[in-house]
Amino acid sequence: MADMKVAAYICQGCGLGDRLDTKALAGVAKKEGKAAIVKEHEFLCNADGVKMIRDDIANEGVTHVMVGACSRRAKTEAFGFTDVCVSRANLREGVIWSQPETDEAQETTQEMAEDYIRMGCAEVKKMTLPAGDPAAVTERTLLVVGGGVSGMTAALEASRAGYQVVLVEKSGALGGWAAKLHKRTPGKSPYADPQETPVAAMVAAIEGDANIKVYLNAVTSKISGAPGRFEAEISTESGATTTEKAGGIVQATGFNLYDANNLPELGYGKSANVVDQAGLEALAKAAGGGAIKRPSDGGEVKRVVFVQCAGQRDDSGKHLPYCSGSCCLTSVKQAMYFKDANPDIDTVVIYQDLRMPGQGEDFYRSGQTKGVTFTKGKVSGVEAAGNQCKVSFQDLILNDQAQIDDADLVVLATGQVPVSGVDIDSKLKAEIAAAAGDNSLMEAYNASQQEGAVKPVSILNLTYRQGPDMPQLKYGFTDSHFICFPYETRRTGIYAAGPVRRPMDMAQAVEDATGATMKAIQAIENAGIGRAAHPRSGDLSYPIFRKEGCTQCKRCTVECPFGAIDEDEQRFPQFNQARCRRCGTCMGACPVRVISFENYSVETVGSQLKAVDVPDEFSEKPRILVLACENDAYPALDMAAMNRNVYSAFVRVIPVRCLGSVNTIWINDALSNGYDGVMMMGCKHGDDYQCHFVKGSELANIRMSKIGDTLKNMSLEEERVSTFEVAITDIERVPQLINDYAALIQKIGMSPMKGF
Amino acid sequence: MAKKTFSFYPGCSSQSKASSSNYLTSTQSMCKLLDIELKEIPDWNCCGASIGYAEGGELPRITLSARNLALSEKNNPGMDVVATCAACWLSTREAKERLDHSTQMKADANEALKEAGLAYEGKQNARHMAEVLVEDFGFDELKKGVKNPLQGIKFAGYVGCQTNRPFGIAGESFENPMYLDRLVEAMGGEAVTYDQKVTCCGGALAFSEPEKSQKQIKDIIESAYDHGAEMIVTPCPLCQANVEIYQGEVNKRYGTKFNIPVTYYSQLITVAYGGSAKEAALDGQIIRATRLEEIAKK
Amino acid sequence: MSENYRNNFLREVEEKVEEGHWVKMCMQCGVCAGSCPFGPHWAHPPQEIFMMIRAGKREEVLSSDSMWMCTSCYQCIVRCPRKLPITHIMHGLANYAYRLGLSPKKQPTQQFASMFWNNLAQAGRVNELKLSLGMYFKDGFAQGIKNAMAMQSVGLGMVKAKRLNPMELFAPHGVKDKSGFHAMLKKAREIEDRRKNLA
Repeated sequence: MADMKVAAYICQGCGLGDRLDTKALAGVAKKEGKAAIVKEHEFLCNADGVKMIRDDIANEGVTHVMVGACSRRAKTEAFGFTDVCVSRANLREGVIWSQPETDEAQETTQEMAEDYIRMGCAEVKKMTLPAGDPAAVTERTLLVVGGGVSGMTAALEASRAGYQVVLVEKSGALGGWAAKLHKRTPGKSPYADPQETPVAAMVAAIEGDANIKVYLNAVTSKISGAPGRFEAEISTESGATTTEKAGGIVQATGFNLYDANNLPELGYGKSANVVDQAGLEALAKAAGGGAIKRPSDGGEVKRVVFVQCAGQRDDSGKHLPYCSGSCCLTSVKQAMYFKDANPDIDTVVIYQDLRMPGQGEDFYRSGQTKGVTFTKGKVSGVEAAGNQCKVSFQDLILNDQAQIDDADLVVLATGQVPVSGVDIDSKLKAEIAAAAGDNSLMEAYNASQQEGAVKPVSILNLTYRQGPDMPQLKYGFTDSHFICFPYETRRTGIYAAGPVRRPMDMAQAVEDATGATMKAIQAIENAGIGRAAHPRSGDLSYPIFRKEGCTQCKRCTVECPFGAIDEDEQRFPQFNQARCRRCGTCMGACPVRVISFENYSVETVGSQLKAVDVPDEFSEKPRILVLACENDAYPALDMAAMNRNVYSAFVRVIPVRCLGSVNTIWINDALSNGYDGVMMMGCKHGDDYQCHFVKGSELANIRMSKIGDTLKNMSLEEERVSTFEVAITDIERVPQLINDYAALIQKIGMSPMKGF
Repeated sequence: MAKKTFSFYPGCSSQSKASSSNYLTSTQSMCKLLDIELKEIPDWNCCGASIGYAEGGELPRITLSARNLALSEKNNPGMDVVATCAACWLSTREAKERLDHSTQMKADANEALKEAGLAYEGKQNARHMAEVLVEDFGFDELKKGVKNPLQGIKFAGYVGCQTNRPFGIAGESFENPMYLDRLVEAMGGEAVTYDQKVTCCGGALAFSEPEKSQKQIKDIIESAYDHGAEMIVTPCPLCQANVEIYQGEVNKRYGTKFNIPVTYYSQLITVAYGGSAKEAALDGQIIRATRLEEIAKK
Repeated sequence: MSENYRNNFLREVEEKVEEGHWVKMCMQCGVCAGSCPFGPHWAHPPQEIFMMIRAGKREEVLSSDSMWMCTSCYQCIVRCPRKLPITHIMHGLANYAYRLGLSPKKQPTQQFASMFWNNLAQAGRVNELKLSLGMYFKDGFAQGIKNAMAMQSVGLGMVKAKRLNPMELFAPHGVKDKSGFHAMLKKAREIEDRRKNLA
């Protein structure tokens, strides 16, 4: 790379010229920032301003550009130079829009702006232009695990988009759960009647598609590699093993019905006339469009009772605690099997709450039109009585203890249990539960480790350090960033689709699989050019690791939320660029600071915080460092400024990729440089996390909980380092947090560490 | 504005010396001032109101309105039917919708009408007088004719049920219709905001369930008082009658001292347009609307 | 074979009750019950009535005085998210129960409703004086005098304001074509009975 030449540009537009002394700012850039070229411009983001910068890059050999203008989140196109390093001093949102426009505030406002110029210059000098991964490759093939409607949708969508597909199905035929259905709930207008399942048409399409290779009676017995270069070992029942290459993976392994044998109180197993929804489909299939017969004696069915939420939404701890979101639709459909054949058959659906997703409300209405009776009630028991069943329930509308004593068939809606494979965090979850005083998970875990215990079978058999399957969420569903980015998972390039991810019906599964396929295609293409996937899509940088300094402590390999880092034989970390999401959690974790990115490192942030001019103890001008998550807290601050919600002039904000990337050395540096406080703003963590990188904010929180000792050694108060959960919507709250914190610092007084 | 002509359906309570004869008188005065000609449907009959269902059943009830519409089509061709009574309008419009919606219903009704030598075709719309004012005139237009603005009088616009639901005035909300307030304001009065604007007065059940209905009436008047109203104005004869007539009973039952006049919008317009107290039928008030009488004297 | 939660009564309602085919479409949200001005006085608000019909509780529904609490304010209709014409269904059920002789005896609204109809059916227009007197005297002469005395001030006020005419007793309002009017109503009743298998 050519010699570094730094240029600083200071904008006077958007009121910057009126509110700030830009000439003084230019002086700071020149004198302290050591910029070789410093220019002011009245409207930097217009064509003329951008051309001025472009010309300097072309003619003056500028390699590093510091733009002192608006937030880095604004005017990204105008200032999105890809051939030089760029830093931004946020003078607009960060200074003039967040400070009061008064004479008294003028001095501190100008000081703030000058600091941001110093910081921008310091940062850019520590950056290098990402060179990209010269080893980046990709295989334009999608591996789909599971051949149900979700898996088949993924295969067909990928093929239509021009990709090769390898489809692996455990059973001897494609179709999955849908193949067992007599008919499906409607997927097309007018959503009034059961429709043919799409299985036959999809199987035919797959068989006629040269892009799709199908393995039946097969499992993925081993998967290694990374996005763009996965290698999957596919073993068939016969014992044969083949290896297939793939760029991305969709896991569509579906669900099983919750086992109705757990529900003897609802008559299952005691009467042949009590079936689950699969049992009813089997009866309907067997009837082949004719009258469905009573299982016990082949007698005529005159009355059918559907029991919703059987073993679901259970708060006793014995059954599924959640709603499967699809069984209500299925029961309407199954009641129609009877009503369409013979309107004189009485069908009663006993529900606690009906949930009709998508166009299900139309289907519900159609069921009502056909004379299906819906009654809000809670079933307490089903007893066999000869060839009929007695259903006892509390009618919740009429507040009656009611009975239907001559049901010929009782159908239990038992719900979906995902086929997720091995819970790689089961031990960790058991430990957490045990620490909270609940030993049940630990006992279950220990039992599962006993010799002869039935061990869960892995589905993907990944060779990843973090375990053979994707992480699981609450209730065992396969990983998904379910609050913010439902298709995203913690295994880059591997996407869960359909009911394995969350309970859903067929229409949703088709949509889900299509979305997952699109994400997989993005991942395949990104891998080919060495770019990051969501959320830093397009980022060409990746972790660079200095092996000489590494102490093999394994913190990076353990803490990486994405399983991107394996270990080699000597227990050194082994980075897989294509799996990496560039959050910097490894960088934040590393105690010896040997991990960095070309455009984001311990130095790029460290130099910024050190560049700030810290006034002495008697100035009554404290300095508070704010490390703000670039995905949520930083935009919240920008938006607060857009609304002119003012906050303390004593803060200096540095955006970070994720709180997980915060290395404790920054905190040490800030405190020893005389900062009076450090605010860390990250996303909500826990079960309903909002962290883009899933675990980053949680890890930061754990790390910071241990910073107390450091503070004690420095004889500093605990409050001088505080962590806050901030959401992107906290536009009113963030300025308040800052002001409250500034008031707190005022109260505990200035740091004694200034001037050392 | 050009003269407007309508086929008029006054209804039982608006006949002379009936319970809302003051509505009829003031409507006639108002129409004269607004250059509206009302041609009464000859030999019209009762609409059945909403209480006729028990004995009447569905088709006989609808046939009642079909007869009125058939008579109007025959004798007042080319006009819309206009009613002033909420129940009359509701029954007529409801019947028309059902007749026009169902060929069976229409055929059945016509079979019955044949006995009276009539036939229903469905040529005319059924409208309420308030619709005519709001839609055909508009508040700005109505404002132009005001000679004696009702300055300083605070009205509680009591829309009630059947002028408001299920049809109502197009574009108005069922929960908080504004047209009556705007009409009051156009006449120079002040409309108070209160929370019982569309509360039911008990309707016909004021007779059969006096206790329950008087609770409704009490709530309505109390809220109007609490929000500063000195007069109630309504478009419905049953609302007017129930809320005005039973104030003494309510006072006895609840120990209140209500004495609030309850008027029709037609009386307000007549007075504001310079009409006399007699033209506005203010002598028909059981609780005298003295403030209107004062303005009418000018 | 038990009748509960079978479609039998629902079918009867669909055939014989005005707008009865809507009953099955209720989704039990309860907005009608919460919107009714006389809600607290209903033994079974519309929501429950609909469920009772679907649960096959024929006697309980038809002998209930709930439907007779309807003031025809139409609040339930405009608020029903499923657009059920609840007011009309309640009127229809009341009418059907009355015709079967199952409606509660001496239910005041039912008595008033019958009087109202008979009053209008006779003359073609309602005679308010006769109607009020009829209402006062429905429970016999002695009670009637009492009722009339209690409401004396109301009546006098009306007379004074020329809104109640004592002469109505002798020369009442009415349509001129009485024979045509009566024949029409008779025919309408006949057709309705045929259509709904009532008679």
